Amino acid sequence: MKTQALRAALPHTLPVLVGFLVLGASYGFLMQSQGLAFLYTLLSSLFIFAGSMQFVSVGLLLAGFEPLHVFLLTLMINARHLFYGLALLEKYRGLGWKKPYLIFGLCDETFSIHCAVDPPPGVDKGWFYFFITLLDQSYWVAGSVVGALLGQLLPMDTTGLEFVMTALFVVIFLNQWDQQTDHRPALIGAGCALACLALFGSEHFLLPAMGLMVLCLAPARPKTEKEAHTP
Amino acid sequence: MTTAQTLITLGLIAAATALTRFLPFWVFPEGRQPPAWVARLGRVLPAAVIGMLVVYCLKDAPASAWHGLPELVAIGFIVLLHRWKKNTLLSIGGGTALYMLLVQTVLR
Repeated sequence: MKTQALRAALPHTLPVLVGFLVLGASYGFLMQSQGLAFLYTLLSSLFIFAGSMQFVSVGLLLAGFEPLHVFLLTLMINARHLFYGLALLEKYRGLGWKKPYLIFGLCDETFSIHCAVDPPPGVDKGWFYFFITLLDQSYWVAGSVVGALLGQLLPMDTTGLEFVMTALFVVIFLNQWDQQTDHRPALIGAGCALACLALFGSEHFLLPAMGLMVLCLAPARPKTEKEAHTP
Repeated sequence: MTTAQTLITLGLIAAATALTRFLPFWVFPEGRQPPAWVARLGRVLPAAVIGMLVVYCLKDAPASAWHGLPELVAIGFIVLLHRWKKNTLLSIGGGTALYMLLVQTVLR
């Protein structure tokens, strides 16, 4: 039952393999180049397992100790998970001990596979989803470990490498822009951040920006309201 | 940060991340439908947060030596490359390589 599910799950994860090895490696390399210990990279990929947040965490770990700020910022950056969960309430029902791991390992890529793919006939649903989640996380952990090791072995000028995070978010921004007909949320997010950056300065603008963003978005009615009930 | 502070920070990030993943399953245990405003926020928040994160990444650029010129050039390159090839990893890799080249050579 297990090998059958693994064999069915593997092909769906291959595109993620490439992406996670490369992005995971740049994360590990970046951590290493900023002087953050290998153990922190490993622990982060095992227990946080959220790419965007791990990139942001590099800066947070280099700054001063601000627990509340870190906690709220993480909630905000990862708030999208709330909606992944809502979309998968039905699919994950009745999967026993595998369910907590499926929820813990719910990243953007795994979500998109779980949403789009049903197990083939005769394959156990729980093991099928379990292996997709497990394989995806293994790729990410492996990538970040390889990146951190490369960072130790290859002494190169890494000045500017931190731009990989900016590049990542710019590309996600472009991809989302193309997928969405309503560009107001993207513009509101960037606009609120810019306004608060000008008002509060680069050290203290994120919390007010997040508050302002939710205030602006909560009453906004997206153009796609009619399609609202198909998650 | 001390080692303890670093581990606490990582623990908080892990806890807050897990919270965002587990909360829906706690709040809606047996297929209870989420209210409309939650679903609405769910559709708009991801795009807005990415917009915010782009600004966050660039927060220190205006005050740097070249006032954000290398960032501007690299982002312009990413947009063009992405419009042309539509390859996420190529765009990230190409943009980062160009930025590193700029800040290590001409725009030091």
